[in-house]
Amino acid sequence: MSNSVMSPPAKPSGSSRGLGQVVSKVPSRFLPVIATFVVFVATFGVGSARYEGFASGQVMANLFIDNAFLIVLAVGMTFVILTGGIDLSVGSVVALSTMIAASALQAGWPAWLVVITVLAAGSGLGLAMGWVIHRFGVQPFIVTLAGMFLARGLCFVISVESVSIKNPTFRDVATGTIELPGGVTITYPVVIALVAVIAAVYVLHLTRFGRTVYAVGGSESSARLMGLATTRVKIGVYVISGFCSSLGGLLFSLYMLSGYSLHAVGMELDAIAAVVVGGSLLSGGVGFVIGSVVGVLVLGTIQTLISFEGTLSSWWTKIVIGALLLAFIALQRIIVRRT
Amino acid sequence: MKNRLLWPVLALVALLVLNVVVTPSFFSLRLQDGHLYGSLIDILRNGAPTLLIALGMTLVIATRGIDLSVGAVAAIAGAVTCTYIASGGDPWIGMGLALLLCAALGLWNGFLVSVLGIQPIIATLVLMTAGRGIAMLITEGQIVTVDSPTYREVGAGFLVLPIAILISLAVLGLVALVTRKTALGLLIESVGVNPAASRLAGVKARTIIWTVYVFAALCAAVAGLMISSNVSAADANNAGLWIEMDAILAVVIGGTSLAGGKYSLTGTLLGALIIQTLTTTVYTIGIAPEITLVFKAVVVIAVCLMQAPIRIRVRQGVPA
Repeated sequence: MSNSVMSPPAKPSGSSRGLGQVVSKVPSRFLPVIATFVVFVATFGVGSARYEGFASGQVMANLFIDNAFLIVLAVGMTFVILTGGIDLSVGSVVALSTMIAASALQAGWPAWLVVITVLAAGSGLGLAMGWVIHRFGVQPFIVTLAGMFLARGLCFVISVESVSIKNPTFRDVATGTIELPGGVTITYPVVIALVAVIAAVYVLHLTRFGRTVYAVGGSESSARLMGLATTRVKIGVYVISGFCSSLGGLLFSLYMLSGYSLHAVGMELDAIAAVVVGGSLLSGGVGFVIGSVVGVLVLGTIQTLISFEGTLSSWWTKIVIGALLLAFIALQRIIVRRT
Repeated sequence: MKNRLLWPVLALVALLVLNVVVTPSFFSLRLQDGHLYGSLIDILRNGAPTLLIALGMTLVIATRGIDLSVGAVAAIAGAVTCTYIASGGDPWIGMGLALLLCAALGLWNGFLVSVLGIQPIIATLVLMTAGRGIAMLITEGQIVTVDSPTYREVGAGFLVLPIAILISLAVLGLVALVTRKTALGLLIESVGVNPAASRLAGVKARTIIWTVYVFAALCAAVAGLMISSNVSAADANNAGLWIEMDAILAVVIGGTSLAGGKYSLTGTLLGALIIQTLTTTVYTIGIAPEITLVFKAVVVIAVCLMQAPIRIRVRQGVPA
């Protein structure tokens, strides 16, 4: 996937020198994450300054409530992107998960069995895609694209109609709230998403698997020559992404309380955008899970801002996200040139 | 060269045979009012936009790039033209405006990739995300419908054969002529193999990369005109949705490697035909339309596994 050879010779970066002096003491791998955080604070600050009631704990909590599933997706996507791969199937797997969950519950399956089935289906699809990518050397882009078609198609096979979820356990989890100090309430999916984030941080930074993920993203052949388990990691990240997609799908089915084939169309782009805005390099090896989480929050804040504004139409969201993507890519170019 | 195209040809033949077995009248063509009608013509007509976009994509992929923004660009082209016509403008000027704007978008992609050196997949992701927003901005979120016989000709017109496929084939012929009868094709491939080395060898890598992105955007624009003219409306949300995926698949099925450096225009033509025939097949042999995507996924994986993996063949001792 290395496209670094495409880069033209570095231009004298006179314009970035001022920035360079200020931040030269911070390790450059943290810079994109810090920049993401600054953008988040800035967008949230703009909202607080412009609208009464924006800077409340509940608006912040709502960011997590409305984006819990996207956080989980972005976590899985971070693993894949860190190895230099990409997973286009996540949106469709979310839809498939909502579909499996809703129709299995409708058929009277117990909730715990549904959860296990959905997670197994997502992980299984991830395993299959990872295996094809590794064993046959087909591009991740193409394999996960086929996975995207397959998952979306299977949704339609299950049902073309929207299936609502009436299971009491699911409804309780979906509607239940947890009171935090300060009168702020969050939902159970938020807790699940945060647990997923903590688990991901643990795996990435404190286990051998996580170090190997970074090593494969840095240089796969070097990692293999060092005797690292590249095969397990290259397939493993797609299993993790598949697992996260199905977990995100479960959270999404709690959020929507329905299963529908056309749920989450294009959500893979949101997840990829969140990861990129969160400071990960698509060429692999650089990035943090926390960055991706803040990336999701930035996207969420923009949506909240636009809904607070009221007069702006929803399509501005897309344009602003595109502009943000561009800004972060430009920032990364500057950082890459400095190092 | 022959070997690389063997599997796509077999896949296409297999699909056609399957169709004939199920519906014996599949190959029948009839001439009515000077127009040819029949299933094959339908495949050609509906496959024209995909083929056109896949042609642009082929050259981009040959330089080791990728252009995800083509679907959004197609939507923008339709939006500009329909909005212009709906406000009382001349269809030709509207189409010209759309082509100009889309060429500018191609310049933008090319700028990000060749000058700033951003990874193509990410550089074009920017426009893929923002592009539909821009298209909606142009149409103000509405589906703009137009009533212009001239405009309708582009996507739905006939000159014995559908005009859309004639345009696509003309572009195919032109590209084949320009890139294979001059050194241009070789230069594009050399940029795909190693941009740095080709630059040192005196190839203007930056100009070539820039050119292919502009060409891809122009192809997408014309395809967008076909799509929107076929229904006489511009739908910013759904026009050309996922067509970039279809186009990339067509290119890959046709044996062009995503790693760049080699491309096959014939392969792309076959790939586009396979994808369209596949969709038609699903309808004619009575598979529920809901399963189209599953079917597509299976065929894509099968064709990719057949032709791509040198790794597995070496391991099993089969000569590659």
